[in-house]
Amino acid sequence: MGVVCVRGPIRKLAGGRAEHELAGSTVIELLQALELDHPDLRGWIIDERGVIRRHINVFVNGERGREATAVRSGDRVEVVPAITGG
Amino acid sequence: MTELVVGTKKGLFLLEGEPDSGFEIRVRAFPGEPVDFAMRDSRNGRLFATVTSPFYGPKIFYNDGDPGGEWNQAHGVAVPEGGNQALERIWVIACGEGDGTLYAGGDPGVLFESHDGGASWEINAGLWEQPSRPRWQPGGGGLCLHSICTWPGDPDKLAVAVSAAGIWLTEDRGRTWRRGNEGLNPRYLPEEALADQNAGRCVHHVERAPRRPDRMFMQFHGGVYRSDDAGESWTDIGGGGLPSDFGFPLMVDPADPDSAFLIPLVADTDRVTPDGRVRVYATRDAGSTWEAHGDGLPAEHAYLTVLRQAFTRADQGERLQLYFGATSGDLFGSSNAGAAWTTVATRLPPVYSVVAT
Repeated sequence: MGVVCVRGPIRKLAGGRAEHELAGSTVIELLQALELDHPDLRGWIIDERGVIRRHINVFVNGERGREATAVRSGDRVEVVPAITGG
Repeated sequence: MTELVVGTKKGLFLLEGEPDSGFEIRVRAFPGEPVDFAMRDSRNGRLFATVTSPFYGPKIFYNDGDPGGEWNQAHGVAVPEGGNQALERIWVIACGEGDGTLYAGGDPGVLFESHDGGASWEINAGLWEQPSRPRWQPGGGGLCLHSICTWPGDPDKLAVAVSAAGIWLTEDRGRTWRRGNEGLNPRYLPEEALADQNAGRCVHHVERAPRRPDRMFMQFHGGVYRSDDAGESWTDIGGGGLPSDFGFPLMVDPADPDSAFLIPLVADTDRVTPDGRVRVYATRDAGSTWEAHGDGLPAEHAYLTVLRQAFTRADQGERLQLYFGATSGDLFGSSNAGAAWTTVATRLPPVYSVVAT
């Protein structure tokens, strides 16, 4: 169980809420749970291969995380677009 | 009144006007987002935009009302989950022959179909499961399915082109596909590799002549070709007055199957308009000869790049209008089949696609 924090268009697609308490023991499990709750989000954070898109960063309690990063009760999982562009 | 739907590196632009009296930008949508392709389905007025967010991946959006307002996300635009590939980009959308049917082509060499007017899509399994697919080779822009040629009046027949997996033809509505590469000469391959049909056939753009559907024109990666047998085989028509047989944009006149229009670039190593001049080349004899049209176009120190989806038409025959945009942000138009041109817009973001309705 952790809290997924989203912003920008992801927040809009997630019902307008910035914080989502979700079940799961890893980052990818929480993000998949978020997709299940909000099907319009499908494909926005995780691609068809089941990996987090290249220019999206995930932080677990302020530390960079990846798909398999463990999430414990009360952890905050921030989903943040990378600083990139052109 | 002509509407131009323009996809750019930084958003979608809708322009309205006439080549002789000028155009105005009416709407900008998706500000800051790369709009790879955009078009309006003239059957019902629905607008489409394919957007590849660098963060959130490729999506198709549609709009039935105010294009400056909210757009809807189309569903099903994804390759099968659990494999080792992800959808990279949607390159083109084309109206099909059936009611509410549309096709979308993308990278990695994928064709999507919609039968509800573009709200939901499903992958064409016949092409996705082509046994040779693991050996397909991508071009510089990826494994992009960029050309979709429907057959007027016959929804069973379709041709698509993939860079660099060549031409694919179906006569059973996309259930089965076969190659149509006979006669193409990939000069960039060693001679020993030519027999291998999986060695790259880098098709850049294909258009079908609607009034004579078995005739097609192709801009190849070094070569211009014509087919008179619905894409089964191809004849080189890249001589006859062209400054180069390299390029991407290609357009046809629906009223005249002997007519085609090209905007050649110097070569694959120098993808700009030749001699610093912007010219559109027209054939009226099915490719035997090509005539340069540059009246009104930049004539010196103009090194423009025109991408494959950035050349379009409206109307036909004597009223044929042609439009093209460049990565310089310039947009040009002609109301007389290319004989004379005017500047439609300048200082847009790099133009990825132009579609007229």
